[in-house]
Amino acid sequence: MIFLTVGTQEPFDRLVRAVDEWCRVSGMPVFGQLGGLTAGSYRPKHFEYTMFMEPEAYQGQVLAAPVLVGHAGMGSIIAALTYAKPLVMCPRRAALGEHRNDHQLATAEKFGSRAGIFVAWQEEEVGPMLDRLVSRDGGVASESISPEASPELLGVLRDFVHRR
Amino acid sequence: MAATPKVLAISSIGGHWIELLRLMPAFDGCEVHYATSSPDYREPLLEVCRERGQPIPGFHLFTDANRWQKLRLLRQATEVGALLLRLRPNVVITTGASAGYFAVRFGKLMGARTCWLDSIANANELSLSGQKAGPHVDLFLTQWPELATDDGPQFRGAVI
Repeated sequence: MIFLTVGTQEPFDRLVRAVDEWCRVSGMPVFGQLGGLTAGSYRPKHFEYTMFMEPEAYQGQVLAAPVLVGHAGMGSIIAALTYAKPLVMCPRRAALGEHRNDHQLATAEKFGSRAGIFVAWQEEEVGPMLDRLVSRDGGVASESISPEASPELLGVLRDFVHRR
Repeated sequence: MAATPKVLAISSIGGHWIELLRLMPAFDGCEVHYATSSPDYREPLLEVCRERGQPIPGFHLFTDANRWQKLRLLRQATEVGALLLRLRPNVVITTGASAGYFAVRFGKLMGARTCWLDSIANANELSLSGQKAGPHVDLFLTQWPELATDDGPQFRGAVI
């Protein structure tokens, strides 16, 4: 089951609609975690979804998914890197009211060059990217990273914590 | 032997929390308290601590709020202030956002060492709360070398 995750804050109609359309055409199973939907938010017609998930359920969906699709949030990126799952990510844009600023564009630029991470700069690119990844049968592993921060950062913080 | 430092690690839910948890090994050997705004995060946190063979940390909750929810922000600030008064931590560390800001400001007033680690999501410019908190903390860190400055944050590694 493909897992769609858009974070814990604002909804992301543009991406949800694109994935819903891809789901309709491809017939692939998708589950979505869609954030704080409001009365006016787009509701998918072709896949099951929830607004928020407990960490354990979230992790379960990530582990079971051959491919992840999400906004360009660090939660999605760290999940993809930790569990070596390919991720299609679409950055939120402030001009469309999707976030308070455009930091997700910068995040997408910085992480888009990593193995297994694919940036859909426009929502139209999401479907074709998912098609390509699914046809490869999840065979594009992203890098798997350590569950901890870098040794340098941990060392600096350890010294800081124990400073007298 | 010096007394065991009491550490408060605090952040909002979502990405900030995931980044905060990646710092956990730096707090080994301390009395650690975590604070966030979802009770759902408690059990997975305790599970990780058990797996790592570390003592069960404190877990504390505050009201979630964003920058436009002034009343909720006020409530959050009050709760975070009360938590600081109750815990009296030696060290406060946060990855953001508003609750982390309140925690480092109150923490500083009470004599704690304070650290702001700006989220790795902020690759082009520091977060707004980070910009505000930075001048008041003892250790101000960014996770992007290009954002480090002489009188601003240092780059000393990242959560991934």
